[in-house]
Amino acid sequence: MSYLNISGLQKAFGSQRVVKDFNLSIAEGEFVSLLGPSGCGKTTVLRMVAGFETPSAGSISIGGQDVVGLPPQARAIGMVFQAYALFPNLTVAENVGFGLKVKGTGRAEREARVAEMLKLIGLPDLGARYPFQLSGGQQQRVALARAMAPKPRVLLLDEPLSALDAKVRVALRNEIRAIQTELGITTVFVTHDQEEAMSVSDRIVVMNGGIAEQVGTPFEIYNRPATRFVANFVGTLNTFEARVEDPEAGRVTLGDLPVRLPGPVAARAGTTIGLALRPEQLHLGRGPDHEVVLPARIEEVAFLGSVIRLRVATAGTRLSLDTFNRPDTPPPPPGAATEVSFSVRDMIVLGG
Amino acid sequence: MTVATTDTAAAAPAAARGPRANPWAWVAFGVGALYFLVPLVGMIEFSLRKRRGTYSFDAYTSVLGDPQFQQTFAFSLVMALVTIVIGVLIVVPAAIWVRIRLPWLRPVVEFLTLLPLVIPVIVIGFGYIRLYNTSSFLPMTGTAASTNVLLLMGYTTLALPYMYRAIDTGLRTIDVRTLTEAAQSLGAGWTTILARIMLPNVFGAVLSGAFLTFSIVLGEYVLAALLDRPAFGPYMVALGGNRAYEPAALAVIAFAITWGCMGLIQLAGRFQKHTRAART
Repeated sequence: MSYLNISGLQKAFGSQRVVKDFNLSIAEGEFVSLLGPSGCGKTTVLRMVAGFETPSAGSISIGGQDVVGLPPQARAIGMVFQAYALFPNLTVAENVGFGLKVKGTGRAEREARVAEMLKLIGLPDLGARYPFQLSGGQQQRVALARAMAPKPRVLLLDEPLSALDAKVRVALRNEIRAIQTELGITTVFVTHDQEEAMSVSDRIVVMNGGIAEQVGTPFEIYNRPATRFVANFVGTLNTFEARVEDPEAGRVTLGDLPVRLPGPVAARAGTTIGLALRPEQLHLGRGPDHEVVLPARIEEVAFLGSVIRLRVATAGTRLSLDTFNRPDTPPPPPGAATEVSFSVRDMIVLGG
Repeated sequence: MTVATTDTAAAAPAAARGPRANPWAWVAFGVGALYFLVPLVGMIEFSLRKRRGTYSFDAYTSVLGDPQFQQTFAFSLVMALVTIVIGVLIVVPAAIWVRIRLPWLRPVVEFLTLLPLVIPVIVIGFGYIRLYNTSSFLPMTGTAASTNVLLLMGYTTLALPYMYRAIDTGLRTIDVRTLTEAAQSLGAGWTTILARIMLPNVFGAVLSGAFLTFSIVLGEYVLAALLDRPAFGPYMVALGGNRAYEPAALAVIAFAITWGCMGLIQLAGRFQKHTRAART
């Protein structure tokens, strides 16, 4: 059952159309990420949901109520900003209690809720501090507690982790997800970091040029990208150009190699289509059930810990290849001749 | 690595010597200090010489005991306070609005707020009299109360450049837009945002704007004289024309008030807990 419903949403600044026909339904308690490069319109969509921007067209409803005509303060929405935006003149407890105070909640209830929230974010003893006395990560946690204290209908997170350093970022994103799951609050998370989006979201909306290119679970987005843009933006990708021989049967030629794809191809015979392969689908050496085997030479070896990423030159092109680290098998040295293999079933046919 | 160490070693004593190294700096400082202090000391000394042959506070008691001093000072004090309130109420929302919604209007607003510095006060005074005289469509000079309103309008205009600049500088130190949006998303309306978030955060700036306004209103002569209101400025001028020692005493008193105000601003700044780190 959809709780937050966005349909036909458009926004133009002057002659520039930033959001073009954006549609999205989010179920109650769901965690949805808007993922895309900067300028793709993701933040504008979020700001329209929050009420800071007025849509040029389209509707936004929360729990069945159309909110487009409502000012931000009447929407019962919690928002966390990239710049934390804690009120510098108020203590941590006053910041967290601000929304409740505005609402007119009684003192006792307010204090109880503030204590509960500070406990939830793991800073129960810092209520009397001022924002300037906190680290970035702590400030953002307080901002999260402040946004959630008045029990908003929807929680909006606008790149909340971008200003933090790497370690804090990973810890905090897991914490945000844990808190969100615990409270069951409907959440929209805007980010340009695909790893961030994939690790915490129920569903991801990949945006580009003001439209949603694909909406799906992280698994779907990664393994079955609907468009060329999604395939390229999410994860690393090896791309090939292939000539279509028989679209019905899915027969194409890859260089000189005839390949039969698992399904029919939506292109005319004689045209060129894009095929792609994730680095972890390429196998060093001959893998079981791998129909395609290519001679290759190792060019680069990057040891990333659990994963080793290799760059290999093969069939006139360079491919990225991921293999798991095994303590008993050191990676091949650069310059070594080897073979790589893959299965055509793992190939992604790139659409428009 | 060696080079870097040598550099630092050479630079450190030079830096330590820095402030004392140049005697000309001290000469310049001394000349500047004398330029300000000598007339001040002379004025104070003169103000104490009302009684022949000995120093006394006679001039001061004479000034402070003058009922006209008390009346005009009280009048200007009230006018100054009201001007400050009006100024803050106009400038804070306007400056915030320009920052959030109309950034392209900024140069225009800055130009407008500078106009009172360019256009002589006497022009405003005559303009008021022409526009609002007793035979005009809005005879504001008709009663004392409505003339006071006119005077307040004039004072607010005169204080505008200082008030706007002070508050705008204060707003520059905080992220007005994001803080406003954060407060809005928490359900706050404009009154709450201004009173609970913006004003406390630009309190220091508002205070310095208020202080400048205060000193402008207290010393203002032209408008008050043209509109014939019993203000402190015309009183000082009248006293200067009629007495010898009292004007000096009055100047010292005004000076003391000024410094008192500055001290108060410093004190108020210190009471703001949330900015303590920035100061130390």
